[in-house]
Amino acid sequence: MTKAARKILFLISALLLACVFWLGYSQMPPAGFVPSTYGDRVNQIVVPQRHITDAVTAVNFDIRGFDTLGEEFILFTSVMGVVLLMRWRKEPIRGDHEDKAEDRRVPPPSDAVRVASVLLVPATVLFGVYMVTHGQLTPGGGFQGGVILATAPLLLYLAGTFGQFHQVAPLRMVAFAEAAGAATYIFIGGACLALGGSFLQNLLPLGQIGSLTSGGIVPLIDLGVGLEVCGGIVLALLAFLEELVEEKEE
Amino acid sequence: MNFLPYLVSAWLFLIGLYGVVTSRNLVHLCICVGVIQSSSYVLLLAIGYRIGRPAPIFIDIKPGTPAVDPVVQALMLTDIVVEVTVMALLLALAVQIHKRNGTLDPNQLHAIKG
Repeated sequence: MTKAARKILFLISALLLACVFWLGYSQMPPAGFVPSTYGDRVNQIVVPQRHITDAVTAVNFDIRGFDTLGEEFILFTSVMGVVLLMRWRKEPIRGDHEDKAEDRRVPPPSDAVRVASVLLVPATVLFGVYMVTHGQLTPGGGFQGGVILATAPLLLYLAGTFGQFHQVAPLRMVAFAEAAGAATYIFIGGACLALGGSFLQNLLPLGQIGSLTSGGIVPLIDLGVGLEVCGGIVLALLAFLEELVEEKEE
Repeated sequence: MNFLPYLVSAWLFLIGLYGVVTSRNLVHLCICVGVIQSSSYVLLLAIGYRIGRPAPIFIDIKPGTPAVDPVVQALMLTDIVVEVTVMALLLALAVQIHKRNGTLDPNQLHAIKG
């Protein structure tokens, strides 16, 4: 298809889509006034019934916990896909991207970058752990905290070499952490079944409102998800960085 | 004014789609998919927001105070996680395509030509 034909086809379908959007949005109440029966109900019950002060975490890991299990496994399978794709080696067919200056060396990271990265690592780890453990109290939780934790080894990579990145985050340990995190979620759900409740029913003592251990199973799930997300992101980073290093060595 | 978020969401979707259709680089195409996805963030925010209400965090406000909708915010968290992972998967595909074909221009990829 020529470029012009493609653009014309796009314009026609974009106009049609815009009409569909118009049909849908013109029936909506104005933004800021959309009634939310479920949301209001959740806001009323999270503190008295669940002892959780962050309603978003309560929805994710308790009220809608089963859906989040699926979400976690989307992440799990995607990371698996990335690792599989990056390991799939085939004789590269060289195109126009051949190295024109082979004797040129990549300069080492500057002192400023190294010092800043090394200084940021402890702060990042602390902030990540804070995020994971305070999910049920303030905004945050396993997903956000896990990603923050995963940036710590990346900062070390910025400061040093890929070898050091590998030392901090060995492949086997990272893969194990990811799998263990994912298994924790299912295990907690299964334990609730074994105790006579339904899957992921919040059966643990709810604790005092506002304390780190409040929320029953939610802080435990948060820990598992944090481990899984951190492991998953680092695993994907490892897959991409390995590719980079191999290309440089060729 | 109160329909502006809906307009922004539709605009982001269409402009991202335009980017996908006319893209000449697969990495650029992945970013365009991200732009399309961000239209759903704007839409979810617009649906969940209630004028004059605080965030649904009851650590420093009285429990039971009417707040904005936490359900769509939780949905948005799902949305972001899915976007990040899909983006990683797409970029991994782009790396492999570049390795096999030596180009990132979708117009020069004869194997996927329709």
